[in-house]
Amino acid sequence: MTGTSSAASSGLPWEELVTTALLGTDRRTSPGPGSGREAPVALLDAAAVETVRRRAGIRPVRAAVRPEPAAADGRPALPPAAARRLATLLADRPGTGGGRRGTAPDLMELLPQWLALANAYGYAAPPEALPALLDAARGRTDLRPAVLAFAGARALWLARLNTDWRFALRAAPGGGAALPGPDEPERVRRLWQEGLFAERVALLTALRAHGPATARELLASTWPAERAEDRLMFLDTLRAGLAAADEPFLEGALADRSRNVRATAAELLSALPSSALAARMAQRATACVAVDRTSGTPTLVVEAPHECDPGMERDGVQPKAPAGRGERSWWLGQLVEAAPLGVWSRRFGGRTPEEIVALPVADDWQGELHGAWCRAAVRQRDAGWSRALLGAPSTPEAGGPGAVSLAERAKLLATLDDGERAEWVAGFIGTHGLSEAFQLLGVCAVPWAPPLGRAVVDALDIARDAGSYPWSFSGVMGLAERCLDPAEAVRLDPLAAAAEEPENAAPGAGGYWSEAFQRLTTTLRLRATMQAELTPL
Amino acid sequence: MTQQGVRWTAEQVLAMAPDAASRKAGSKLAVAGPWSQAGTSDEGTVWGLCKGSGSKPYQTIVDVADSAGPAYKCSCPSRKFPCKHALGLLLLWAGDDGAVPPGQAPDWAEQWLSGRRARAAERTTRTGAASGAASADPEAARRRAERRAERITAGATELEQRLTDLLRGGLAAAEQAGYGLWEETAARMVDAQAPGLAARVRELGAIPGSGPGWPVRLLEECALLHLLDQGWLRRERLPDGLAATVHSRVGLSGSPDGPPVRDRWLALAQYDTSDSHLTTRRIWLHGAESGRTALLLSYGAAGRAPELSLPVGLAFEAEVSAYPGAGQLRAALGERFTAPVPAAVRPPGVTPAEAAARYGEALRDDPWLDSYPVTLARVIPVPDGDSWQLTDADSDLALPLTPSARSRPGLWRLVALSGGTPVTVFGECGHRGFTPLTAWAEGTEGTPGQAVALC
Repeated sequence: MTGTSSAASSGLPWEELVTTALLGTDRRTSPGPGSGREAPVALLDAAAVETVRRRAGIRPVRAAVRPEPAAADGRPALPPAAARRLATLLADRPGTGGGRRGTAPDLMELLPQWLALANAYGYAAPPEALPALLDAARGRTDLRPAVLAFAGARALWLARLNTDWRFALRAAPGGGAALPGPDEPERVRRLWQEGLFAERVALLTALRAHGPATARELLASTWPAERAEDRLMFLDTLRAGLAAADEPFLEGALADRSRNVRATAAELLSALPSSALAARMAQRATACVAVDRTSGTPTLVVEAPHECDPGMERDGVQPKAPAGRGERSWWLGQLVEAAPLGVWSRRFGGRTPEEIVALPVADDWQGELHGAWCRAAVRQRDAGWSRALLGAPSTPEAGGPGAVSLAERAKLLATLDDGERAEWVAGFIGTHGLSEAFQLLGVCAVPWAPPLGRAVVDALDIARDAGSYPWSFSGVMGLAERCLDPAEAVRLDPLAAAAEEPENAAPGAGGYWSEAFQRLTTTLRLRATMQAELTPL
Repeated sequence: MTQQGVRWTAEQVLAMAPDAASRKAGSKLAVAGPWSQAGTSDEGTVWGLCKGSGSKPYQTIVDVADSAGPAYKCSCPSRKFPCKHALGLLLLWAGDDGAVPPGQAPDWAEQWLSGRRARAAERTTRTGAASGAASADPEAARRRAERRAERITAGATELEQRLTDLLRGGLAAAEQAGYGLWEETAARMVDAQAPGLAARVRELGAIPGSGPGWPVRLLEECALLHLLDQGWLRRERLPDGLAATVHSRVGLSGSPDGPPVRDRWLALAQYDTSDSHLTTRRIWLHGAESGRTALLLSYGAAGRAPELSLPVGLAFEAEVSAYPGAGQLRAALGERFTAPVPAAVRPPGVTPAEAAARYGEALRDDPWLDSYPVTLARVIPVPDGDSWQLTDADSDLALPLTPSARSRPGLWRLVALSGGTPVTVFGECGHRGFTPLTAWAEGTEGTPGQAVALC
């Protein structure tokens, strides 16, 4: 505040009084008119008058330059109960309480789900909650996309004023300015030519989503002039909406200067079963594997390639094997992985994928061959082959380290539809229990389908009866809290009641289990409430 | 009590929490899981059984509608007040998701409630009798007051001497003397039964370490302390109003004997400040009919929340009585006739220029005022270098925010709420700047925005 300049009454400017006070009246006598009082008292009298005068005379200051107002948010406001829920979820910041969770739900872990629901309904974030939302997203990168989508344009407006939230501007290209659509060719061309790398990637991704050809043509227009690492990232955006029409462009990229660009182009082409590259790879791969009918049972024999010729290399085969792997099996793996899976049926006399996978493989090549087929099935998103390679969930080798690792299984599962996936994992858990299931559960659709949910709950119940401690299953428990269908809560109630400890149980485990089940039911109820609160009236 | 079905918001419940840990613990209990037999009655009582670590669940009851403020009762051993169970139960109730259905209070709750009502009735009759008893021996009371006045006079005289010595030797020397000197002087003022003087003296000790410009601030505060000393020493010659202000500033707060004003009071803001001994809660009220602004003070021992708590943004019918002193805003809450309910009442706002003038005018009655409560209408928070200001939407004038307001999280809630468009802000306007306490967005036609607490 600006005070009125002192002039009248005491006759002494304020600065003069301060200087005298600082030095002391013994050292500096006040030049003012003698009031008959002691010098320090006279000084205090004058200062008191001045202080009150200065305070009473405060005036507003000149306004600074106002920021542009944030763009209006046209989305509907949250229902009041949902807004209150959001405040509670955000108030539960990690690291403030510490210690055991007890029966209380982990609210922060429910925020992603809440945000996904709110975004699905298209609600606007309450403005006063934005700072807490941005703080939460600042600490957890995995929350950022959902938070920024929910928080909308006003969050970016805020982020420009507070350096703590700069991440929001990095995540949102163009500082939140809307990307030009395909109907604005002039703006598209300008942004493509002048934009920052992140903006250009975002532009390409957005265009690709609307018109794959438009995006490809835009990329082709400046392709030779781009830097190698940029070319790699741009090429990656073609993964979405990949189609036969992209083949000529990708074929051209096979001759790229950069090895990584060549490899990515080859990978994309091999995902197009009708492409010329796929045909070349099919030819090479089928030449390496044959059915030997000379012995009693038909057996697959493998003759891995003897060299990596320039043609193979041009089609993306990496010539140099990583340490510890034979060159020939390394090349074979790449050829089989890139060959369209459809060719094997023709090669092996019309056998189905199941029949092919069931064939014995000579000379320890099974691991290599099946592994390559798995990668091919994932890359080509071939559900039939995935099913064959996964086998029945209840087979003994499905649980142990077989030809197909758990990580590969999780990827294969991702190519199946939601229901089939859930059923397979349910079968797996029914046979093998929960200890290996975490990774597989992670690829299942949320909320879990009823058979899967039941399998998980039953397996947890069995684990409790076996007398282990619940924290051995804390990963699955946490997933169950977030993914189990809230409707399952009813079935859990008996489990949450404190049970008698089985004879061979670890001491105290029963109490911890009922606590864990209580937290599970509480969390499920809370999720049901959350969903109800967000449902538009 | 006709406030059927009015539930508080989660923020209003959390405002009752004595500390951050309770707030967190309470939020965790705000789920149906640990609760059984929860319910609420039309009379504004909420109850429930909360499963704790023991075998017997805790019995938790809250009387929300009590005219003397919410009352809590819980069988848990916590010394926090209200405890996490009471907070969790209220949050569950506020969530309004069917976990706390309307119903008849169980026996254990009913017992406590009827006990309370009986005691409340008794208290009313007793206070009536007690006020008669206090005036029984006016002679003795007068003598006691005289003795205390003499002590304060001695203290004020001694303080004058210290200030004179300080100014003689110079403030620069005081910088080296440090805290000790002031602490000792403050202790002398406590002995002199002048807590108002003691508090001011203690604050003097912190000024030399408060950054650039400290000599100006130290001189200002010394001069105002001198002014207060002089006011006390010559209080007989002051006009009545000013003399009463001097009394209360010295630490003789007197009793709230102003005429009770009945009104619908909107809780504008509530915030706590604490030192090592005491938590002070300030609650600002706005009278819907009278247009008056009143300040309620409530104290709690260190670590405990002051007992009085009013949910910001809600209004209730009550009587308040002012403390003595010209322009005195401090008041005591008398009888409350209704429980707090959401209300469309908003304090009328002024411009930044008018706000500054109001503070200036208020200094006429009380020159020791650091700030004065005002509501600013149509202002926009605007960054100004490292600091912030509230800019008038319709002119080029602005009020800077106080340095402490800049570092509070509430600032960002205010900025987010505004989004660069005008908002209404209630706060304290003073010589250090403006401290925003509560804000309202400009609602959509007719329905003003909800109160957003910034402190």
